[in-house]
Amino acid sequence: MTQRNTLSHLDWLEAEAIHIMREVAGQCSNPVLLFSGGKDSLCLLRLAEKAFRPGKFPFPLMHIDTGHNYMEVVAFRDQRAAELGERLIVRSVEDSMKRGTVVLKHEGESRNKHQSVTLLEAIEEFGFDACIGGARRDEEKARAKERIFSFRDEFGQWDPKNQRPELWSLYNARSHKGENIRAFPISNWTEMDVWQYIEREGLELPSIYFAHTRPVVMRQGAIVPVNVPLVSGEIANPSKAGEEIIDLQVRFRTVGDISCTAPVESDADNVSKIVFETATTTITERGATRLDDQTSDASMEQRKKEGYF
Amino acid sequence: MSQKNEIPDHGLLRFLTCGSVDDGKSTLIGRLLFDTKTILADTLSAITRTSEKRGMGAVDLSLLTDGLQAEREQGITIDVAYRYFSTGTRKYIIADAPGHEQYTRNMVTAASTANLAIILIDARKGVLTQTRRHSKLASLVGIPHLIVAINKMDLADYSQETYERIKGEYLEFAAKVGIEDIRFIPLSALNGDMIVDRGDKLNWYEGPTLLEMLETAPAAHTEENVQKREKFRFPVQYVCRPQDSANPELHDYRGFMGRVEAGSIKVGDAVTVLPSGRESTVKAVQLGGVDIGEAFTEQSITLLLADEIDTSRGDMIVKSSEVPAAVKQIEATVCWMAEAPMDRARTYLIRHTTRDSKAKLAAIDHRLDVNTLEKVPAEKLAMNDIAQVTFKLAQPLFADPYLENRGTGAFIIIDESNNNTVGAGMIL
Ligand SMILES: Nc1nc2c(ncn2[C@@H]2O[C@H](COP(=O)(O)OP(=O)(O)O)[C@@H](O)[C@H]2O)c(=O)[nH]1
Repeated sequence: MTQRNTLSHLDWLEAEAIHIMREVAGQCSNPVLLFSGGKDSLCLLRLAEKAFRPGKFPFPLMHIDTGHNYMEVVAFRDQRAAELGERLIVRSVEDSMKRGTVVLKHEGESRNKHQSVTLLEAIEEFGFDACIGGARRDEEKARAKERIFSFRDEFGQWDPKNQRPELWSLYNARSHKGENIRAFPISNWTEMDVWQYIEREGLELPSIYFAHTRPVVMRQGAIVPVNVPLVSGEIANPSKAGEEIIDLQVRFRTVGDISCTAPVESDADNVSKIVFETATTTITERGATRLDDQTSDASMEQRKKEGYF
Repeated sequence: MSQKNEIPDHGLLRFLTCGSVDDGKSTLIGRLLFDTKTILADTLSAITRTSEKRGMGAVDLSLLTDGLQAEREQGITIDVAYRYFSTGTRKYIIADAPGHEQYTRNMVTAASTANLAIILIDARKGVLTQTRRHSKLASLVGIPHLIVAINKMDLADYSQETYERIKGEYLEFAAKVGIEDIRFIPLSALNGDMIVDRGDKLNWYEGPTLLEMLETAPAAHTEENVQKREKFRFPVQYVCRPQDSANPELHDYRGFMGRVEAGSIKVGDAVTVLPSGRESTVKAVQLGGVDIGEAFTEQSITLLLADEIDTSRGDMIVKSSEVPAAVKQIEATVCWMAEAPMDRARTYLIRHTTRDSKAKLAAIDHRLDVNTLEKVPAEKLAMNDIAQVTFKLAQPLFADPYLENRGTGAFIIIDESNNNTVGAGMIL
């Protein structure tokens, strides 16, 4: 170490996130880390390594799979978990559909919001008392007041009026049986911090984060990837008759359910180029890439009340 | 640790903004975000639409900080919101606490993690009761640096005289309360004068802009703490025992994981583990299983000791030359945060560092009237009350005075029946 006594902003954020993860491990008896294969959750895994190595993680990893995820991301998810030698649990929205607990309004409806149901079922199945997630406060207005330790009642509901005051770094993760804590170690990170951290740590990412060419159509001004092959062998987002399919060079800023994640045009094919693009972009992460949030300014808040991450 | 996109990194500064309703807090924050280009085009077009819908001429930057649905409908903010911006050289976290009368607890919450506070004053109104209250709270919560921003200078003809008069008023009050590090600045949040750009209306003011003040303010409290020669405090959060019998190196590995709450530590230092009082020396300081040799305040690390000492979460490792006293009674300033008043007959849980203890109220010394700033006698504690109290503890705590060290001077009070956090305390 040098003589420097001020932590760089990334070192500070890292130290805070490690502290939060250790609080979860110290206070909760059966936590789980939500891992999607996306960039934010890949940062969480690196932070967990920094927090707990040379030991094993004191929690398994879990992904709630909508069945409509990009194959590259699913493969990457499995590979990363295996490399780390940590246990990965996958629970799928399709199983909830089979059970009848998730009913789509119509075949093409986005499964994204239905992840909440599957998540709650998994929480109950394993008796998890805390879920560590990669949400950030800068993602969306409704998250700006989210606690780092966020309390959910027996129905997984988040009540903005009934959250515990959170002072200093004294986190209160106590819960009664059936209740649940969501802990967000990278609450204070911005999209830029995440990319800078990925760059500094040399983290590997699924290939769709980097510029690549794929068939897309333009729908209401958004770039929509079409004819996306799925792990199941099916095709997601089939193009509609009369739509013009173009091959565009794009990258994803967030990855999630195919139905609601749009890419941006970009030729950034490595992390430093992405850091540069992020520094000069003019559109927010969600504004650019989340097809589901545009309906209403408050749609995230609504989903969170219903138990969304 | 190298950074490829090399820019000087002046760390991270957490600050809060306080002011009465309509002093321009939201506009100021919006301005900071906007002028540092944190606001992106789609957000801007959304608030432009809303501004138009509400029949406003100019874009209302205060809409940027609007939070949740319910609050938007009521048109008020009722909780602490966190915002982020970066100048390329420094990252900022703003805690935005509303200025309403009844929300003392929100301000205490916002202040608890801040290192600097901006107190907003409306140039037309001068120092108000709320200004005094916010300043007093900021000093109670131990915020080392205050910036008093005299806003809406455009509505006061950008008058230097007005500015000087308010500054004088404030200084008189500050001397009584004992607030030391204060800086003053005239602003127009609406027009953006003296925030990031100087503008051309306040030429008589020769000091730095608001952003320049923020850029040069001491970052997290580490720099100052090193100067204060802080005592090393390391509450144990988690113990790592891989017990990997196949790997001889890990077979006996016993890592004590935690964050350095104060001071610094290096290999070879003599340490004492509390409460057992057992002594040892530091064998390794690690991050992620990698040796880093030494560490200082706010770093999350793993300590390995030369001797096998039974240690678990809730214990504290300190330097043997600086062992704190174990106390079973504490005097503290408490802010009550729950709807239900404190029940003197009940037992609460106090969480201090990583340690919990059952606690009972022994006495209420006095309550602070946050408006007159007078000490008044009190029988009970209701929501938003601030009082000096004494607690009796079932377990000893290893505490330092809050004003010496926030990390080991702060505690929260938990109601075990519903697990809510009902109060916040600062040890005297
Ligand atoms: N003329 C003028 N108006 C301002 C200034 N700052 C804020 N305002 C206006 O004062 C009103 C209240 O501001 P707002 O930021 O919502 O105050 P808050 O309640 O402290 O968040 C709004 O109508 C602002 O446009 C300023 O510097 N000059």
